Amino acid sequence: MRAETIEEIIKDFRREQRELIHILHRIQSNYGYIPSESIKKIANHLKITESEIFGVLTFYKAFNLKERGNHLVTVCLGTACHVRGAMQIVEEMKRKLKIEVGETTPDKKITLETVNCLGCCAIGPVVVVDGRYHSHVSLKKIDAILKNYRHSE
Amino acid sequence: MKKKLTHPEQLEKWKKKVISRRNAYDKVIVISSGTCGQARGSLPLIEAVKDELQRRGLEERIGIEITGCHGFCELEPNLIIYPRGIFYKNLGVEDVPKIIENSILKDKVIQSLIYEDPRSGRRISLQKDIPFYRKQLRLLTENNFRVDPTRIETYIAVDGYQALAKAIFDMTSEEVIREIKASGLRGRGGAGFPTGLKWEICRNSNSEIKYIICNADEGDPGAYMDRSLLEGNPHSVIEGMIIGAYAIGAKEGFIYVRTEYPLAVKHVLKALEDAREYGLLGSNILGSEFNFDLHVVEGAGAFVSGEETSLMASIEGRRAFPRQRPPFPAQEGLWGKPTNINNVETWANVPLIINRGAEWYSQIGTKGSKGTKIFSLVGKINNTGLVEVPMGIKLREIIYDIGGGIKDKKRFKAIQTGGPSGGCIPAEKLDLPVDYDSLSEAGSIMGSGGMIVMDEETCMVNVALYFLQFTQDESCGKCVPCRMGTKQMAEILAKITRGEGEEEDLGILEDLAKTVKSASLCGLGQTAPNPVLTTLRYFRKEYEAHIREKACPALQCKELIVYYILPEKCVGCLLCLKNCPVNAISGERKKPHFIDQEICIKCGSCLEVCPPKVAAVKKFTGRKKEKIIKGAYRGRAKS
Repeated sequence: MRAETIEEIIKDFRREQRELIHILHRIQSNYGYIPSESIKKIANHLKITESEIFGVLTFYKAFNLKERGNHLVTVCLGTACHVRGAMQIVEEMKRKLKIEVGETTPDKKITLETVNCLGCCAIGPVVVVDGRYHSHVSLKKIDAILKNYRHSE
Repeated sequence: MKKKLTHPEQLEKWKKKVISRRNAYDKVIVISSGTCGQARGSLPLIEAVKDELQRRGLEERIGIEITGCHGFCELEPNLIIYPRGIFYKNLGVEDVPKIIENSILKDKVIQSLIYEDPRSGRRISLQKDIPFYRKQLRLLTENNFRVDPTRIETYIAVDGYQALAKAIFDMTSEEVIREIKASGLRGRGGAGFPTGLKWEICRNSNSEIKYIICNADEGDPGAYMDRSLLEGNPHSVIEGMIIGAYAIGAKEGFIYVRTEYPLAVKHVLKALEDAREYGLLGSNILGSEFNFDLHVVEGAGAFVSGEETSLMASIEGRRAFPRQRPPFPAQEGLWGKPTNINNVETWANVPLIINRGAEWYSQIGTKGSKGTKIFSLVGKINNTGLVEVPMGIKLREIIYDIGGGIKDKKRFKAIQTGGPSGGCIPAEKLDLPVDYDSLSEAGSIMGSGGMIVMDEETCMVNVALYFLQFTQDESCGKCVPCRMGTKQMAEILAKITRGEGEEEDLGILEDLAKTVKSASLCGLGQTAPNPVLTTLRYFRKEYEAHIREKACPALQCKELIVYYILPEKCVGCLLCLKNCPVNAISGERKKPHFIDQEICIKCGSCLEVCPPKVAAVKKFTGRKKEKIIKGAYRGRAKS
């Protein structure tokens, strides 16, 4: 889904610094990451330096400069998930996918990430795949969760 | 009917219209569909109910309302049938036909779908009779049963925006502030600053332009009451903000929501659109001279954004770095203008106080803490969910009477309040009244309201490590005490959990904690040591066991435990052997299995798959663990 080019996204916003995070959100949700060539274009539009933009986008966890896989698996590490064994889930995910947190499988299918809390603490441990929430995840359930995504496009 | 309201009396007309439409139905089915509900399948459930009603030609007679979260998250997805209030829990689409058949067409209650109290074993059919709800005082959350967050009329039907009309048309801005001050409302974001006073300082600041902000960057892991309010009843927050703007003299406001809450963002955006269409935001609100508008700013995944000066930097499009105070935001805030920041729950209290009066409100709670507080009761507890209780209630009442006690009949060990800024409160303190002052005396804080219950299987050193890793990760890095101090503390704690701790480490931890607390720039650093200090204060023995005996009494720290199959219990079913990811388990069918400790990575799969009635896999620590590793148990396993 790459309907919008970076220029098309940027021109919707006013030329004020307060728009920076909004612009980055739009690019991130369109591309799944922030392509590095967009930094210069944003800088020109907002009349701020590229280093300022780089500083902002690397400060916030919601943005990333590396292209992600087709599917995003996010394991919640909130306190409630933690006391119910979220770390074991992450370890098992790493082992199953043979990647570290923040990495993408070599076939570009799955990216593994963690998040500090999704606020669904009552149904933890929680794993979200492409926006779909899986509740009460246990080691046994991991294969079933990954199965649908490992072989799909 | 024209939507734009130009006179306060039109609110009453809308209210009557919605209520009469609702009364025309024989029954109304209310389905909760917050994030937790959707995660557990509320969307297909809603579709199934709609289809079934249509199939039977009942759409004219039976109403459906889709609401936010009902608080009892453990029972999602659930629905309530009004007027009786029958509560059905943990539903699947396959339950729908029989619900329509028995409880909609007839008046029968389906016993298998109603709530069973885990303590008494009693089955309870009505929502209001469930002990989880009965002990609560749901002033802010009650409307989550009645309001469809995407339809503003349903909020108007529960007297929504009446407080706004009262404030604008019957009260001066000074009177509004006086009322909020008299109510005793204190900030629900954690620090507990008196709200009315905050408003007054901002109002008295000399500037043409002023801003107000709703802090919905609910970053504390384990707390989600703000999400529930924004998802389920966004108009209550918006109404509170418009009243605040009127009192303070602001023309523009912002709601800063975490990006991790997509449904909350969606519902708030819809609510703002609706409020504008109804003339409740924008120019000449309700036909008055008062103008005000609100915008949503989505956070981007930085915990420190919850700190007020960082939050403002983030709205301005910069890195969320905190800055020195004073000047306080009420003097110099957003773009240098006086700014008033309150938390979601604080704003939601405002319409309530204006509607029912400060005198009524100030009778709820304790001397120093008024009103109710919403807590998220999670962790090792039977009834997980959001609970709203009067300030001053005892921890014991929350955990046992509302929460239904500890999961799986385990022993209560501690309750963690206040997230990474708070602390762990032990069993001896269960009779502590829950208010700002008592919690801080116990070394913790009220915080935004997360309550994570921990049982005997939670390692307190590991919990302290978890929080310190969290704060270290989230420290923005601007000031050294926080950046380096949290890192050092996390490293020492990690060393202790690996069994490499030394006697003097506890003293070093305490010294570091003091420095970080007193020298950090913002609240994140100043409170980061609290989890360490409270666990050291109440659970020092556990630290000492890790250091002296190299043992983890809660059997959690990986390096200090072994998994072992009790040969006398193992029936040789091969389940653990097949599930072991590293093939560390050997054995034949119907013969005891054996774990090779050198290969075992301690993932816990074997313990999870071993059938509960067999329960042959056990964890050991300390001296027994050493014995197992040396093979002292092996002989028995083979015999």
